[in-house]
Amino acid sequence: MLYAILCYNSEEIVGAWTKEEDDAVMADLSVVHDRWAAEGRFAGAARLLPTTAATSLRKGDEPLVLDGPFVETKEQLLGFYVLDCESLDQALEAARDLAKANPGVGGYEIRPVGLFVPGSGLA
Amino acid sequence: MTTDLAWIDAALTGARPRAVGALLRYFRDLDVAEEAFQNACLRALKAWPQNGPPRDPTAWLILVGRNAALDQTRRQARQAPLPADDQISDLEDVEAPLAERLDEAHYRDDILRLLFICCHPELPATQQIALALRIVSGLSVKQIARAFLVGESAMEQRITRAKARIAGADTPFETPGPVERSERLGVVAAMIYLVFNEGYSAGGAEAEARRPLCEEAIRLGRLLLRLFQAEPEIMGLTALMLLQHARAPARFDGQGAVVLMDDQDRSLWNGKMIAEGLALIDKAMRHRRAGPYQVQAAIAALHARAAHAEDTDWAQIDLLYGALEALQPSPVITLNRAVAVAKVRGPQAALEMIEPLASRLSGYFHFHGVKGALLQQLGRLPEAREAFGQAIALAGSAAEAAHIRMHLDRLSREGQAASV
Repeated sequence: MLYAILCYNSEEIVGAWTKEEDDAVMADLSVVHDRWAAEGRFAGAARLLPTTAATSLRKGDEPLVLDGPFVETKEQLLGFYVLDCESLDQALEAARDLAKANPGVGGYEIRPVGLFVPGSGLA
Repeated sequence: MTTDLAWIDAALTGARPRAVGALLRYFRDLDVAEEAFQNACLRALKAWPQNGPPRDPTAWLILVGRNAALDQTRRQARQAPLPADDQISDLEDVEAPLAERLDEAHYRDDILRLLFICCHPELPATQQIALALRIVSGLSVKQIARAFLVGESAMEQRITRAKARIAGADTPFETPGPVERSERLGVVAAMIYLVFNEGYSAGGAEAEARRPLCEEAIRLGRLLLRLFQAEPEIMGLTALMLLQHARAPARFDGQGAVVLMDDQDRSLWNGKMIAEGLALIDKAMRHRRAGPYQVQAAIAALHARAAHAEDTDWAQIDLLYGALEALQPSPVITLNRAVAVAKVRGPQAALEMIEPLASRLSGYFHFHGVKGALLQQLGRLPEAREAFGQAIALAGSAAEAAHIRMHLDRLSREGQAASV
């Protein structure tokens, strides 16, 4: 089963990281990524540009295009993982690994993936 | 542990504009608000490592800061025989329902107010910038002094004087109406762009010290954009700053001399910043409410989109400068347009365009630099030399002077070659 792990955190805090702090977090996370890749279950990950660069489309008869992220909350969706897990427990374990590598506030939303469309080999 | 402290530090920095803005609304006094926030930060440094971070650090800081300041007000009130009216109103505030105080809707006007009071028209630009960096961004006096290349005590004095000036001014505490809000936004956007330019215009050895000003300005732009998500000019401003700052690593060579855009190593440009800037300008354009920041960002975007200097769409840039001249007539904009015109229609057309500007721009370094380069292209070398000479006399930094000197050296080589 593929699981998506959605990464939530405060953009104000992450945006206040210095370049060095940001680099350090990314280096710690890449250790986790490498391990998953070695196990052959890493489908990919994305880190998104700030929510200020987001545009939303609200569904309807006449779809409405809005500036900003889809919902306004204190924490913003900053990225997501798509990971092969045998069970919810294993997905939770993976999220715990991420929390260890990138501690602080924020959290992860774990949601089973109904349809996964692999990339076209962009990288 | 070190991770904890670094995280707390980032959380405090991130929370600062909202928290100080809200505390200013309660206490209507900048010094009290800043001190309350400072107190809350000290308590956070003690409490958070023990108890873990709160779910909403900003709300925590506002509450704790407010309570600390109220305690102090109460203590002072007990010592005084008759409390002043404003202290009574502060005590009444305690009874007000908490929910109202943490209302999200207040935040954007709180932060806008905080930025707006830094833009007091009586304050010279440098004081506005210093004040915004101190109060809103929370940079230390030492950091600001380093960025402005002055001593710490001189900067301390400058900030104290600026604060005294705004303390005497009428700070608007009522919730602004739509017209006032949009006026305030315009003033604040201009101040943020000043912060950016203070960092961007520096060259050579100064560039490194002043880089934080650019980064801070971008952070303030994103902050405003989160609060006012559908304002195309704020998108344009933030895009403009991102697109310009993306070129920072290529703008100066190893010796600190200016590298012109045509000669820059474009692989050094920051692709992530460019992507964000392009996304923002695309969003802004959809509103079809053009403004000066959007047009400038659109010009910067055309440069950013060109993989090589020769791919630059100069005809489009010429048109955009024309639009900018219509929005905001200024000889400096015409001068910039002339650079595009020279690429599209040749140096003669560009020279004819800038000659009428001579009286208004005679004291402007770039005017003589551009004029010299155009004359040089036309083979009018003695006149070019004279223009470059005037530019050197007006150069604002060693890097600018060095750049013009390079042109002069090239001229004398061409002159020799011609006479051989």
